[in-house]
Amino acid sequence: QGALSSCLRKPRRDPPSFFPAVSQASLVRLHHRFRALDSNKKGYLCRMDLQQIGALAVNPLGDRIIDSFFPDGSHSVDFRGFARVLAHFRPVEDEGTGTWDPEEPEPLNSRMNKLRFAFQLYDLDRDGKISRHEMLQVLRLMVGVQVTEEQLESIADRTVQEADEDGDGAVSFLEFAKTLEKMNIEQKMSIRILK
Amino acid sequence: MFLLLPFDSLIVNLLGISLTVLFTLLLVFIIVPAIFGVSFGIRKLYMKTLLKIFAWATLRMQRGAKEKNHQLYKPYTNGIIAKDPTSLEEEIKEIRRSGSSKALDNTPDFELSDIFYFCRKGMETIMDDEVTKRFSAEELESWNLLSRTNYNFQYISLRLTVLWGLGVLIRYCFLLPLRIALAFTGISLLVVGTTMVGYVPHGRKKNLLLVNLSQSQHRVSSRVNMKVLTYYRKPRKNRPRNGGICVANHTSPIDVIILASDGYYAMVGQVHGGLMGVIQRAMVKACPHVWFERSEVKDRHLVAKRLTEHVKDKSKLPILIFPEGTCINNTSVMMFKKGSFEIGATVYPVAIKYDPQFGDAFWNSSKYGMVTYLLRMMTSWAIVCSVWYLPPMTRETNEDAVQFANRVKSAIARQGGLVDLLWDGGLKREKVKDTFKEEQQKLYSKMIVGNHEDRSRS
Repeated sequence: QGALSSCLRKPRRDPPSFFPAVSQASLVRLHHRFRALDSNKKGYLCRMDLQQIGALAVNPLGDRIIDSFFPDGSHSVDFRGFARVLAHFRPVEDEGTGTWDPEEPEPLNSRMNKLRFAFQLYDLDRDGKISRHEMLQVLRLMVGVQVTEEQLESIADRTVQEADEDGDGAVSFLEFAKTLEKMNIEQKMSIRILK
Repeated sequence: MFLLLPFDSLIVNLLGISLTVLFTLLLVFIIVPAIFGVSFGIRKLYMKTLLKIFAWATLRMQRGAKEKNHQLYKPYTNGIIAKDPTSLEEEIKEIRRSGSSKALDNTPDFELSDIFYFCRKGMETIMDDEVTKRFSAEELESWNLLSRTNYNFQYISLRLTVLWGLGVLIRYCFLLPLRIALAFTGISLLVVGTTMVGYVPHGRKKNLLLVNLSQSQHRVSSRVNMKVLTYYRKPRKNRPRNGGICVANHTSPIDVIILASDGYYAMVGQVHGGLMGVIQRAMVKACPHVWFERSEVKDRHLVAKRLTEHVKDKSKLPILIFPEGTCINNTSVMMFKKGSFEIGATVYPVAIKYDPQFGDAFWNSSKYGMVTYLLRMMTSWAIVCSVWYLPPMTRETNEDAVQFANRVKSAIARQGGLVDLLWDGGLKREKVKDTFKEEQQKLYSKMIVGNHEDRSRS
């Protein structure tokens, strides 16, 4: 109860202003899930807690996804951090798209932020660019031993070439976003929590 | 220094005597009918009353929460997120189609957008996966006045709290001592009875005595927890016979008592020390069970050999096995270990489903030890369960042990209304094997580089 209430500031559930992306009811559900994953009741999650999820361990990009919960080399994530990552996947409501107050910080589940989340799955060293080497490494994660090195290299080369516009041999976030401008990101990167 | 007036001591004595008489009467009232298999229908009445009270309590809680504008946690048995059951291929194709204006031909290719599929799938499993929730107690839709099942433990109303307090009083001060007394009686009955029967020479009379003894003993144990058991014994022919293997889904150690109340089985298991060891040795005196030393369990061939020998001997009782290998929370059936399905005997599947409203029988062995578990059992309202005996199955010529095991598992899941999962119950303690990840990787590589044949053609 402590984590949730401290996260929500007041003990009786007014969502704090920096969390507009997740509704109150969903927060309660996520907190329940957080506690279920926290096997030793530590109050935070470590990598091993997430690795225990069988269906995540069989996901080829499981490790990259787990890494996204531990930015800046940290080893534990509390409920606030947990909900923050998951807030990226909240479906975008029809009302208010593009009409949010520019004074307010961009909601976590905006199109740009969803794209940023996907970008950092590729960008291993978090330098803001996907180099050819990083592309290769992520591809290797996705295919395991099923594909030869030359094939993978040619795929990586081609992909970086197609997306790279300023010729620096790497894909920046803006180039990445441009490649995917027609993509229906809002739907593909959204998970709907049942009421 | 107390100076008890004669009047006071009289009252104390009277109180003591009346309590003892009451207790003895209760014991007799419960044990004697149990031995003879007679029931007075008291338990059914008890259950009905409890259900009405629970329904009222839940409504009251919901109303109270709405008044005070709290957010109540509502459990969802079918998962908390909306999922699409599409395959990897379909989804990635969908994603690519929505992103590119060029016509999609079937040449294998890689797109930057492919990552969305894995990303979303991964996040979905973090929010809600099929396996993690099977290793903790099932969540109830309506509250049953036990604090252990209340996820919104906060003060709602005076009446509710009083009711809960009353419930605690009844359960801990009345039901618990009663049940402990019954448990002791039951165990001593078992030990004494089996020793006596052990002296009777082998023969039909002995088997009859055995059956009666074990059934009455198990019935007494059932009364320990006020178990209301419903056996769906459809045709007589579905009952496990000698030379067969009885297979059931596993939720708690109580499963054994439940099945043994209605039939006699040869148990399979490890040799334990302590109280369990005494019970095991007593049972062996009367009839051959298959107990293993810990070192033998690791040797699968030895185990299979002993089981086969037992099954071949038609005078020996049917073996009872729980192929999941561990306790699952009774909302699903997990992978059956193929060992017992390789032997080639007839398999009699049995489905056991508990009603968690009155008390959850699931033993979460990583959270509670045996003693804590028994204590929780004895302080819940009752254990209610239904047992279905399914028609016997044999392995067909064109299926291997794994397929046979899955077939039996599906039949049990369907009958009991449980979810049929392919995951291994061993995931409770170990990590999943890498082979499953490789399958996903194989599927995906096909999409980006195609098969060997495609490549040689292009």
